[in-house]
Amino acid sequence: MSSLITVAKRVSSAVPSLIGVVIVTFLLARALPGDPAAYYAGASATPESIAQIRAKLGLDRSWLVQFGDYVNHLVHGDLGQSVSSGAPVLTDLATRLPASIELTGAALLFALLLGLPLGILAATRPGSPVDHLCRVLVTVGAAFPTFFVALLLVFVFYFKLGIAPEPLGRLNEIYQTAPPTVTGLLLVDTLLAGDGEAFRAAFGQLVLPAVSLGLFALAPIARITRAAMLEALASDYARTARAMGLARGRIVFVYALRNAALPIVNILGMVFSFLLGANVLVEQVFAWPGIGAYAVKAVIASDYAAVQGFVLMMAVVFILLNLGVDLLAAAMDPRVRYDG
Amino acid sequence: MPNPSSRFSPATACLAAAAALLAGTAAPVAAATPRDVLIEVAEHGPNSLDPMTPAANETSQLVAWQIYDRLVTHALKATPDGKTVYDASKLEPELAESWTVDPDGKTMVFHLRKDAVFHDGSPVTAADVKWSFDRAIAAGGFPAIQMAAGSLTDPKQFTAVDDHTFKITLDAANKLTMPDLTVPVPDIMNAKLALSHATAEDPWALNWTREHDAGGGPYKIASWKPGDQIVFERFDAWKSGPAPAMKRVVYREIASPGTRRALLEKGDVDVSIGLPPKDYAELASAGKVNVIGTLMQNEMFYVDLSTTTKPFDNKLVRQAVAYAVPYAAIMSQALYGRGEPMFGADPKAPYAPKWPVASPYQTDLAKAKDLLKQAGYPDGFKTEMFIDMSQSTVQEPMALLIQEQLKKIGIDMAITKVPGSEWFARMGSKKLPMDINYFYGWLDYPEYFYFWTYDGKNNSVFNTPNYVNPALDELTNAARFEKEPAKYDALISKMNTIAMDDVPRIPIAHLFSDIALQKDVKGYVYWFHTNLDYRFITKN
Repeated sequence: MSSLITVAKRVSSAVPSLIGVVIVTFLLARALPGDPAAYYAGASATPESIAQIRAKLGLDRSWLVQFGDYVNHLVHGDLGQSVSSGAPVLTDLATRLPASIELTGAALLFALLLGLPLGILAATRPGSPVDHLCRVLVTVGAAFPTFFVALLLVFVFYFKLGIAPEPLGRLNEIYQTAPPTVTGLLLVDTLLAGDGEAFRAAFGQLVLPAVSLGLFALAPIARITRAAMLEALASDYARTARAMGLARGRIVFVYALRNAALPIVNILGMVFSFLLGANVLVEQVFAWPGIGAYAVKAVIASDYAAVQGFVLMMAVVFILLNLGVDLLAAAMDPRVRYDG
Repeated sequence: MPNPSSRFSPATACLAAAAALLAGTAAPVAAATPRDVLIEVAEHGPNSLDPMTPAANETSQLVAWQIYDRLVTHALKATPDGKTVYDASKLEPELAESWTVDPDGKTMVFHLRKDAVFHDGSPVTAADVKWSFDRAIAAGGFPAIQMAAGSLTDPKQFTAVDDHTFKITLDAANKLTMPDLTVPVPDIMNAKLALSHATAEDPWALNWTREHDAGGGPYKIASWKPGDQIVFERFDAWKSGPAPAMKRVVYREIASPGTRRALLEKGDVDVSIGLPPKDYAELASAGKVNVIGTLMQNEMFYVDLSTTTKPFDNKLVRQAVAYAVPYAAIMSQALYGRGEPMFGADPKAPYAPKWPVASPYQTDLAKAKDLLKQAGYPDGFKTEMFIDMSQSTVQEPMALLIQEQLKKIGIDMAITKVPGSEWFARMGSKKLPMDINYFYGWLDYPEYFYFWTYDGKNNSVFNTPNYVNPALDELTNAARFEKEPAKYDALISKMNTIAMDDVPRIPIAHLFSDIALQKDVKGYVYWFHTNLDYRFITKN
């Protein structure tokens, strides 16, 4: 019951932020440089044709009227029409968000599988070669821009060695048929459709982009794990456990790791939400039909509806994610529940 | 402390699993693309399947070219260097199997194919043609302007005489009318189908044709995912020409040029377009794939100098800059030779009656300094150059080369990059002291180029230097209606002389329209719109 109240409290506290986001994105979109009407009038534009397009896009009305119109549509679940893709923004986001979530999730899983053990190993043996390896990986992962890593991986594994499939998005539809959309996550949908070959193909397509993105996420995860584990292992309870002669594995994985989990979960939430929107360059290199590339295109084209829709959706995702992280933290660590 | 490494098996196992994920990817399909499927990769895709919809982008014209028929089209011809290009001087039947033009050029009657059908199987009638032409005018914006270039401005000009006869009447003959019927604007649409999706607010069903195919052209839309890919499928009941060889065409959007190049070199795609000139130059010299560069029709790549901004309002200053530009360096370091130089012509020879022609300017810093002194700027001045951010691969190195060179004659030039959405608005403001730009005309007439770029009366967005010269405007207008070849040639030569002497824009190059294809892909045809025409593509 109390957890239900916590959820309700959290959700209701998100409402003012959402209203703020709606207002701010509306204003920000209009503060973008450039004139969408002139952009789309394009070649052989005349003042008349620009004015015609402006009227058709509804940009000739006052901001207040435009805002009222926007909110009214929003209430009815209509995010407007994207000018750059020509489709309703809601459709665009609904088809693209699962692609980004799948990519980000896989990247995070990769980063977690690599970063967590690395951080733990480094913390249990500070100053050892593993610790140095951890430091080098963290530095490299954070220092190299993702698009560079992505291009490097494409060059080595696709172009030179030929063991990775062609970087053509989520599924090469020339050879494979996409499964019927259920969740939008191809790995899940192909399994639901019982198409093992398509699953293998989709998985193959996912590996390189997920690794490029995951290397970037590796740094914060390994670093936080190492720091949190060092702190936990140096604590009184760990010393007591050691003094009592408990098995080392038990100390590390049961007592220390559980206590160190809180900062790790927090950083995971942050990294996930950050990666979701910030993987534009990886998406561009691998032709991944995700939301990052969509948003950048929208900004460049001053595509108001698409920009607003994207920011709004990201705000909702952030709020949901924070909520999830909070609830998870509370479930994992009783101390959090008494924080007030 | 004993070595505890063996006790940490869970962590080590995780590490190993992650490493395995890296190495063990699914076995890729590294075969060549299927024989009757063409795969094209490009940076941008369409935002509409119909160029009539407001804010439709340029790629929508590529789609319209494939899925819609027009009344007439152009024949093809071979160039001396073995390329195939469209023949601007020769028309061929498409939907109209024959046509007649009255001697005074004011009435044109088209006889439609009796067996032609739309993609839904319904017959093509003159009523569909009439509706399509009315619509192209009613759409406003770019389609209406393009129609107006051929004097097609009023629905009253179009009549459906009977089911298979369509008539156009003009107030005065215009040589651009027939060529204007071949461009992807007067596309013949399935009126009945479109009208069944029209609404009171949208009487021309633009919202529906944005996402749906209402055509009868050689290809139909199999699927379209905006921002990702569009798949065309051959329309086997197409009657307006020989059946295409490609059964399916997949057009993929891939933002990164590096990926587009890698895909082509690996043989996973057939055609890659929109690569930077450097990649085309390297691919061409490597010889693994075919790079076809066709000099674009009626095209020029240049530096604009605003004639209404100080100090470029002074002709001597413009000429000084024209003598300072590092032409050779731009050709090799920014354009990588993917174009024909448009500078260094013999100053004494008369200009050829064509467009583009080379300017008499070449890099000569002493002359540039001298001209600046004559103009009253012996110590130079400060100015600003604007470039289009979406074109920065070529334009940024070019701007830097110019900046470095102008410093030598005392001109302090700042460089400002303008995002794509703002570019046309900035051009339209006509307040850019300097900018890098290009223009090409769909219709191959020098005066057509002048009308868009040098004409002070039309003063379109492409007249970025805001150049107004009534004498030149008069010549341009006279050339449009001059029927006698000798007089026409004299007019064009004279126009070229004025444009080069006044130099509101400094010609740099006549660019190639570049495309890179696999060796087994044949049948590339250069069209005025520069898009690939899938009808002629074959694979060995």
